[in-house]
Amino acid sequence: MDFLAPTSWAEALETKAAHPDALPVAGGTDVMVELNFDHRRPAALLDLNRVPDLQEWSRTDDGRIRLGAGVTYSRVIAELGGTLPGLAMAARTVGSPQIRNRGTVGGNLGAASPAGDSHPALLAAFAEVEIASLRGTRVVPVAEFFTGVKRSVLEPDELIAAVRTTPPAGPQQFCKIGTRNAMVIAVSAFGFALHPDRREVGTGIGSAAPTPRPAPAAAAFLAGELEAAGLWESRGPLPENLATDFGRRVRDAAAPIDDVRGSAAYRLHALSVMARRAATWAWDSYRDENRSAA
Amino acid sequence: MTSTETRTAGRLGDSPLRPDGTLKVTGEFAYSSDLWHDDMVWGVTLRSPHPHARIRSIDVTDALRVPGVSAVLTAADVPGENAVGLEHLDTPALADRVVRYQGEPVALVAADHPETARRAAKRIVVDYEALPAVTDPRRALDADAPLVHASHEDNLVRAMKVRRGDPAPTAPVVVALDFEVGMQDQAFLGPESGLAVPDGEGGVDLYVATQWLHVDQSQVCRVLGLPPERVRLTLAGVGGAFGGREDLSMHVHACLLALHTGKPVKMSYARDESFFGHVHRHPAWLRYEFGASDEGELIYAKADILFDGGAYASSTGAVVGNGGTLGLGPYRIPSVHVDARGVYTNNPPCGAMRGFGCVQAAFAHEALMDELADRVGVDRVEIRARNGMREGDLNITGQVIDSAAPVAELIRTVRDLPLPAPRAEDPDIRELPGGASNTTHGEGVVRGIGYAVTYKNVGFSEGFDDYSTARVRLEAVAGEPVATVHTAAAEVGQGLITLEQQICRTELGVDQVVVHPKDTGVGSGGSTSASRQTYVTGGAVKAACEAVRTTVLRRAAASLQRTDLRLEGDKIVAESGEVVAGLVEVLEEPVEETVEWRHRPTSPIDPETGQGNAHVQYAFSAHRAVVDVDVELGLVKVVALDTAQDVGRALNPDAVVGQIQGGSAQGMGLALMEEIVVTDGHVKNPSFTDYLIPTILDMPPMQVKVLEYADPHAPYGVRGVGEPPTISSGPAVAAAVRAATGKALRRVPIRPEHITF
Ligand SMILES: Cc1cc2nc3c(=O)[nH]c(=O)nc-3n(C[C@H](O)[C@H](O)[C@H](O)COP(=O)(O)OP(=O)(O)OC[C@H]3O[C@@H](n4cnc5c(N)ncnc54)[C@H](O)[C@@H]3O)c2cc1C
Repeated sequence: MDFLAPTSWAEALETKAAHPDALPVAGGTDVMVELNFDHRRPAALLDLNRVPDLQEWSRTDDGRIRLGAGVTYSRVIAELGGTLPGLAMAARTVGSPQIRNRGTVGGNLGAASPAGDSHPALLAAFAEVEIASLRGTRVVPVAEFFTGVKRSVLEPDELIAAVRTTPPAGPQQFCKIGTRNAMVIAVSAFGFALHPDRREVGTGIGSAAPTPRPAPAAAAFLAGELEAAGLWESRGPLPENLATDFGRRVRDAAAPIDDVRGSAAYRLHALSVMARRAATWAWDSYRDENRSAA
Repeated sequence: MTSTETRTAGRLGDSPLRPDGTLKVTGEFAYSSDLWHDDMVWGVTLRSPHPHARIRSIDVTDALRVPGVSAVLTAADVPGENAVGLEHLDTPALADRVVRYQGEPVALVAADHPETARRAAKRIVVDYEALPAVTDPRRALDADAPLVHASHEDNLVRAMKVRRGDPAPTAPVVVALDFEVGMQDQAFLGPESGLAVPDGEGGVDLYVATQWLHVDQSQVCRVLGLPPERVRLTLAGVGGAFGGREDLSMHVHACLLALHTGKPVKMSYARDESFFGHVHRHPAWLRYEFGASDEGELIYAKADILFDGGAYASSTGAVVGNGGTLGLGPYRIPSVHVDARGVYTNNPPCGAMRGFGCVQAAFAHEALMDELADRVGVDRVEIRARNGMREGDLNITGQVIDSAAPVAELIRTVRDLPLPAPRAEDPDIRELPGGASNTTHGEGVVRGIGYAVTYKNVGFSEGFDDYSTARVRLEAVAGEPVATVHTAAAEVGQGLITLEQQICRTELGVDQVVVHPKDTGVGSGGSTSASRQTYVTGGAVKAACEAVRTTVLRRAAASLQRTDLRLEGDKIVAESGEVVAGLVEVLEEPVEETVEWRHRPTSPIDPETGQGNAHVQYAFSAHRAVVDVDVELGLVKVVALDTAQDVGRALNPDAVVGQIQGGSAQGMGLALMEEIVVTDGHVKNPSFTDYLIPTILDMPPMQVKVLEYADPHAPYGVRGVGEPPTISSGPAVAAAVRAATGKALRRVPIRPEHITF
């Protein structure tokens, strides 16, 4: 097995173009497990740890956040907890401190697992994936990134450069069910974001369908009801039945299976509860913002 | 520190620093998986993918062609008898013509690199013919059930009956339930591993992590066809055991490969393989009925207990024995009718795990005790105190409980411990069910409290000749007296090495005690299981020290020409108190004594009535669990897990508390998350990704109340400590979850969906 270790982004893209079958390694927390279990025998490993650009995040001229694919969960929590609250909440639930010190958001996307914890948060935030190759750069909404279980739109010569997202104009939430209180793969997960600037609601479902997916009908329903009741302006309380109804619609957007981690029925039930609670918490924060601003 | 403090440090009643403690915390401890020999090759195991199949043929040609491979072995290469087993020799070292569970060893490969060996193993072509499998133990005794062992009449491993009192009892209050306990795993972190080194003369030295060197040795000898003096075992660093290392794993395999290749052979299971490499805790199906007076006093109890033994017997007989004789809990019950059975199936073999037989039963009898309390309107603590055994009572096999049985005190003690603070108004989410996963900010969270009490036998039972051997040597080294203690009793992390030193220091007055490596160069120490080593090997070391002391004083008497001598510290002192000699002065020649020590004998029980003095000692414990349950999502946070236990005498108080904390965590794990999921004979979760054990966030702080009612029959008054906490913690947690949710919850582990649907 060859070990390719480019030291610049340009070199990384050239290497990937020359060795399309080389498997990228960022934190290695997915890759090394697969190699250890002999689930994968790549012809070459493409180590991205020496590519400085990938390890950085920045604010772009248009005020957006560009999060390099190699930024670890620990750094997301420490450096972006206030800026990307939904992603940071998701990051806090990933594995253990050791995993959070190594594991990256880019690696999570690269693995494209339906259970990847950053995905629901990124979906709810309407984030985009910046994908690059020698052929150029393209930007794909996270909602269009996943194509199947552990599959994505990445072409063999492409690498994930960054995640792009707008700092939220409203509160965000992330919830994850596991059968113990830490170090657990999601039985199901839910990301939620209020976008008062756009009068929209963002949603993301994890571990309850072949891919992470948004719940667009539920989101449109909630945004519409908020609009109709004038709640965006009035910031009145979120009616309980509206939250419950939203939860049900999120549940209806999922397509889970029974497996050793939980039954499909439980996943659906849990999603409806998480969606109701997350929407309520986010709405309450939105109302608090107003009060503290007043 | 004053000199007296220095002198007393490390004796009985102290908690000296264990020699492995710092090494383990800093990651420097050498486990069996760290063993290394410059010339070694690596052994791997090819395992059956089927729960039940006939082996039509095995073709190893392709595997042998892989460069770097030095041997490929199958059952045909076994030189001795291809049969091992703790109770019955029913387990082939390598499958011969038939495989009876998924994961059964079929062939071995040795190669110069573990990866080479693994890849070569994949090239072995085994032609299987799948056979009908019996995977539901409740169907295993049906007339038309496939036979797991064709030579047997049926799939029964052992059936036990306990009958006492009125054969047709009635009672004003009757409560009953069915309970199911899932398959728990020991989940030790050190995989099965060891190193076999051929001695060049046809014999072999095996370094291995195990719980009982001598029982391993006899099984390995049988398969190799060699006498014990040619198969020598030394204990390697053990990374946890909990019963899972009582049966053989890679022992015979490494030796076979070593003798075949003439090279040292290392084997170390991968994590997923480990789930197939050792026995698990028996899943159980339990049907219980209590009859009681209107005041809740037990009049009779009936129990029907079924244990799934899996494909091979392992310790199933003893598990049935414990389930039968102890399965009604630490209660006074005039009339009793118990049937306990263990059966063969094509599921993974089940055997020893901490608290076996009692762990499963306690979930049922404690759930039913709560039900009875509620029915008669008596407090759940008081009903246990009222029915709890007391010293002098007869248990259900008619044995007199002839030392402390403080059931009432234990359960009232845990009740009276301070309760955790109520949930804060605005709690940190890590303190709530779901923790950092942010599933509740307090919504749906209900607190519940549960109690449980248990008792467990200590040591081997039912007439087993249970002994340990200790060799103690006392000599002068550079003018200082030094003791060396040599036993074959396995240190598996419980602290026996430290304890052996403490006993020698106390008995011989020396500061320096060398612990000889644990090996088969001395007689058997018996198993490190059944909470027995402090009692039995502790007893043997004490007896060996006494023998050494007697010899020392005899020597002193001869040289000093007086007989009124005793050993005090490292001084020989006369009756008057006058120091007449230093210990080293009589140690020109070393003194060495070897003692084989036995506890009081037990007896087999009557096959029709189950009556008899089955057990040597009983240990009692109680737990109180406080849980917060998100009843809408079914997630549980254990807020407090407090316990009281009678340990007879705490020879090493820190080690005692450590055992109680660890055991409690393991019991809680079974109540809430730990289960090997088996579907149609196939294990669905052989990894720590999906076999969940409690993390530090799941384990609450514990209040541990240690009672010390010395057992007059035991050395120093000790009572076994390791198992009871594993037994009473789980039922207390389950009871607390029932209290919070109002659900019956008749199965453990309790999964979120059991609470929400
Ligand atoms: C003990 C343990 C616990 C875990 N717990 C969780 C958890 O709770 N939640 C969770 O979501 N995950 C969990 N994981 C999985 C893993 O940690 C995450 O998926 C993590 O985000 C992977 O990041 P990484 O940098 O380690 O990726 P790597 O392992 O380096 O790579 C993962 C995949 O992404 C590809 N890749 C990496 N970088 C790029 C790039 N720039 N361009 C294109 N492809 C790329 C790799 O080729 C590979 O296919 C856990 C893993 C372990 C071992």
